[in-house]
Amino acid sequence: MSQTAELKEREQKLQGMGTSLLRKEDARFIRGQGSYVADIKMPGMLFGAIVRSPYAHARIKGIDKAKALACPGVVAVLTAADLKPVKLDWMPTVGGDVQAVLADQKVHFQYQDVAMVLATDRAAAYDGVALVEVDYEELPAIVDPKKALLKDAPVLREDIVDKKDLTHGPRTHPNHIFTWEAGDKAAADAAFKNAPITVREEILNPRVHPCPLETCGCVASFNKATGYLTLYVTTQIPHLFRTVLAMLSGIAESKIRVVGGDIGGGFGNKVPVYPGYVVATVASIVTGVPVKWIESRIDNISTTGFARDYHGVGELAADKDGRIKGLRFTALADHGAFNSHVSATKFPAGLFSICTGSYAIPNTYCRVDAVFTNKAPGGVAYRCSLRVTEAIYLIERMMDVLAQKVGVDKAEIRRRNFVKAEQFPYTTGFGWTLDSGNYHAALDKVLKAVDYEGLRREQAAKRADPKSPTLMGIGISTFTEIVGAGPTKVCDILGVGLFDSCEIRVHPTGGVIARLGTMTQGQGHSTTYAQIIATELGLPASDIVVEEGDTDKAPYGAGTWGSRSTPVSGAATAVAARKIKDKAKKIAAHLLEVAEGDLEWEIDRFKVKGNPSQFKTMKELCLVSHTGNLPAGMEQGLNAVAYYDPPNLTFPFGAYLCVVDIDKFTGEVKVRRFYALDDCGTRINPMIIDGQVHGGLTEAFAVAMGQQLPFDESGNHLGNSLMDYFLPTAVETPAWETDHTVTPCPHHPLGAKGVAESPHVGGIPCFSNAVIDAFAHLGVTHMDMPHSAYRVWQKCNALGLNKR
Amino acid sequence: MIPAAFDYHAPRSVADAIKLLGQLGPEAKLLAGGHSLLPMMKLRFAQPAHLVDLGRIAELRGISQVGNEIRIGAMTTEHELLSSKLLAEKAPLLVEGAGWIADPQVRYKGTIGGDISHGDPANDHPALMIALDASFVLTGPKGERVVKADGYFLGLYSTQLAADEILTQIRIPVPAAGSGWSYQKLKRKTGDFATAATAVMLQMKGKSVAKAAIGLTNAGPTVLKAREAEAYLAGKEINDASLNEAARLAMKICNPTPDQRGDADYKRAMCGEMTRRALQAAHARAKA
Amino acid sequence: MAKTQKVSFKLNGKPVEATVEARELLIYTLREKLAHTGPHIGCETSHCGACTVDLDGMSVKSCTVLTVQCEGAELTTIEGMEQGGALHALQQAFHEEHGLQCGYCTPGMITRAYRLLKENPNPSEQDIRKGIAGNLCRCTGYQNIVKAVQSAAKKLAAAR
Repeated sequence: MSQTAELKEREQKLQGMGTSLLRKEDARFIRGQGSYVADIKMPGMLFGAIVRSPYAHARIKGIDKAKALACPGVVAVLTAADLKPVKLDWMPTVGGDVQAVLADQKVHFQYQDVAMVLATDRAAAYDGVALVEVDYEELPAIVDPKKALLKDAPVLREDIVDKKDLTHGPRTHPNHIFTWEAGDKAAADAAFKNAPITVREEILNPRVHPCPLETCGCVASFNKATGYLTLYVTTQIPHLFRTVLAMLSGIAESKIRVVGGDIGGGFGNKVPVYPGYVVATVASIVTGVPVKWIESRIDNISTTGFARDYHGVGELAADKDGRIKGLRFTALADHGAFNSHVSATKFPAGLFSICTGSYAIPNTYCRVDAVFTNKAPGGVAYRCSLRVTEAIYLIERMMDVLAQKVGVDKAEIRRRNFVKAEQFPYTTGFGWTLDSGNYHAALDKVLKAVDYEGLRREQAAKRADPKSPTLMGIGISTFTEIVGAGPTKVCDILGVGLFDSCEIRVHPTGGVIARLGTMTQGQGHSTTYAQIIATELGLPASDIVVEEGDTDKAPYGAGTWGSRSTPVSGAATAVAARKIKDKAKKIAAHLLEVAEGDLEWEIDRFKVKGNPSQFKTMKELCLVSHTGNLPAGMEQGLNAVAYYDPPNLTFPFGAYLCVVDIDKFTGEVKVRRFYALDDCGTRINPMIIDGQVHGGLTEAFAVAMGQQLPFDESGNHLGNSLMDYFLPTAVETPAWETDHTVTPCPHHPLGAKGVAESPHVGGIPCFSNAVIDAFAHLGVTHMDMPHSAYRVWQKCNALGLNKR
Repeated sequence: MIPAAFDYHAPRSVADAIKLLGQLGPEAKLLAGGHSLLPMMKLRFAQPAHLVDLGRIAELRGISQVGNEIRIGAMTTEHELLSSKLLAEKAPLLVEGAGWIADPQVRYKGTIGGDISHGDPANDHPALMIALDASFVLTGPKGERVVKADGYFLGLYSTQLAADEILTQIRIPVPAAGSGWSYQKLKRKTGDFATAATAVMLQMKGKSVAKAAIGLTNAGPTVLKAREAEAYLAGKEINDASLNEAARLAMKICNPTPDQRGDADYKRAMCGEMTRRALQAAHARAKA
Repeated sequence: MAKTQKVSFKLNGKPVEATVEARELLIYTLREKLAHTGPHIGCETSHCGACTVDLDGMSVKSCTVLTVQCEGAELTTIEGMEQGGALHALQQAFHEEHGLQCGYCTPGMITRAYRLLKENPNPSEQDIRKGIAGNLCRCTGYQNIVKAVQSAAKKLAAAR
């Protein structure tokens, strides 16, 4: 065997970074052996089912439990009054507000939790729910956030009517939560005053729901003898969850164990701590037996973490060539009944100020006003970092609006305004330092791949033909994401910094177990992290076991959301592995009787420079590290733990292009082609990356084309089952073409940036831009999502395009 | 999402089922494929004290031709319609229509009789039945009666089926050789009910329409037969002008209910559009 | 005490018996009484297909079938796909083509594809997309699921 072939074989054996290693987690899932929360069955376990409000806004005049308690199998009915003695009728939120665990005197949104029925079996619990009699007095509801701050608007939150400040600055109205600003308003205003071209558009990111296939639920098990609480729960943040439980319950955090298990998709929906978890926990503490609560799909869509509901206004000022000179973006945010929307403490509007996107824009200003309405609270980041989809949707839409106003091509307007490759690291007007990028190259690669000029020619021909039954639209999105929260100096939740962690233990025969503070929900962490360790330590990925989600086992971390796993925990993994490698190197030098500086690393071994026959493989060093033959004073073992505090967030980017054909007579939009180029820096497992992109694009397609939570004027849900809420099937879902460039992150130990959210954030504006582009020649500059056939037809009809 | 308690009955014959219905009275409901009823029961919108499952009655299944008539047992599933060679040859409209219903799993359980008996204007079979000029065999304590599809559907969830009767068989006259057919359905996604849908059977004589039969799904409180459009088309050639007029006449009788699928204007327009497309497709398939 | 009855059927080739109320849905009997937690619950309104099982040669959503309707039936679930220690070609293909992520839809998806390939051993991409349209997946965007079913179909054909 030649030397290079031998090296190659050794490298392939590791299945490390850059290889499409098949997923380690599949083995149990393809056999139906996943272990999800709903699968758990414990002796003596009670079932909890929740009584929910039929009204969006009502006073509770009384709750009669008698009939429910008489129902066979029903053990107890818990209401706010029962939670009061343990001070758990209300709970603090991460947004600086408080939230009713069970409705106390008033309900503030339809389907709000009013009581929990505990029974010996599931059917009896639901029988009990039907028998709890609640006397309501209906009150006028606020559904439209634009009406929340009117002088005569009904006051929703009587409980905090005297609070002048919900930790994010002064409130101006009882229904006002906060006003948050960033940038330089005076400079932006001046830029608009002097600019030859300005554009303005009202742009809605409608209220949507992440809707993972598994709903939320838990099994709470409190042991009265030991005082030890175990909570099996559908959570993306097991450690933070444990901290919250400790804060809420007063139980020592060391006596609480939170177990995530397998999670059937999260997409942000499984970040919050929901009332059902808290009530089930209280119920187990009170009864001393395990209590299981699993929500229905309708409950999931109606009450748990929604996303978006940002009513935005975008404004750009530019010179006559379309070079942007100023940006003003504002949004009215509908936070629902309680301010429990997920955010880092210092960022009440999340990372909305990433709204300059991929462009070099001076004179920037943005502002978000948040208000209460009679809708479910939440405000999670649906497959994105907090408020990033909202921000990127605005800028990517506004780039098209500007192009149309200036009269230049939509690719060209982007080229003229991109941050140039040589400008990185580039600090935006809002103070974010974009780590690395090559936006021009990415866009050019996509345009070439799809024959952009040819597509525009075809479109021009179609537009010239009045008999064409279809409209053709071409959408471009050249987005920049912000992920990997985040540096502890700016990012915390409830005071806990958003670092993350990895602990690695190497066993004598070379097997490895790694434990992390993140929580996979399908992203393939067991495989990706193993590959990082395989490359770093030269041990085969097949022998590396990854464990997450059990707070008794894994080191502390902030969990998986905001594409933070690879940027933060991936980095922690590399750092921990490198600590081990450093120690192994000392042992190798000791064994080979050379100085450390005389050694070099080669795939899976340290060898003596200039004397290749002298080496020690990592596998050999694993065993030696467990003997007494070590450098003087060195402890046994090859273990390390790393807590990684990222110096910056990471900024993945991409260039997407979508071609749609619209049926003028039905309004149906057919995606003819979608080409997605992603740059997430160093690529650890290309197969998994492609899978994440497919999934993210599909969710983007769902949001852009059909998802919206509809309400009537009284705040009643009009579509909260999977009959109405749009989750595309294989038939509706387009085929995806993927591509990539690689621009490594300069501050990440592996150069990686995170990818799973890019296709969602970048995909949504791409679909919208394509649909609206189909009407651009008719003077249309914007249409709100979702682009359902009904809505698109309304546009066709208004423009007279559907005349026979 | 758990139904209220009920008693379950699984008779083995139509006679036993009818006897049970008589004994149990209005507290009993018939269970066919269950994909409309069981979700309603899980939400406790329906709480029957008794379910009479027709799934064990062998005589209610099967597709056959008797003389110039196709006979389909009411408990024949959508999947069985889709796989039927006889239907593919003699009444392909029914096969095409069944393919638009729900999704594969639901089609294994969903039955033609259940779809028709429910009286839901959003269901697909009523319009197919209207276009195919079908008749229904209703069996009760006093025996059988046969009623035409045209006239069977009285209103929202209301049909000629009496409380003590069971829809046992669907009878379809074998369409004339060379008939064109089409079911055009606009829906938001797989598994959804129609925003609008139109079923068409079309016989041509030379270049002109000899006979058109048109059924409209989800265009009003019950399935609609587009009589004026049918009458107008007789003797006409199929061209832009006649398609537009037929679509206009179909739209004229629509009274759709606004919902998340669209407002009345949209649904009416889509009824016209589906009618137009169904006529076009049927015309392309028809042989004079 | 609620009225219950005994129901007997074959589950993955083995005779089983369960005592249930008439209102008990098959998915709960399988998951909670018969320890078959492979089929999952995703929507309870027969839209998502996570609960798909094979019942007498039909793919059905077990959240919308009463257990009492299954007397004498033959049921196959994801747990019955592996035969004699060998994975079914579909299970292998889902792994090899990265046809799953969170794994929640996977048992229903594979069980549905199993029946699809029995009825149509050589499906086109469109046949597959239509054939699995009763099963929702939120993670994969279906592209790799379609590839997995195609790949399994080829392997099964080659083995015949």
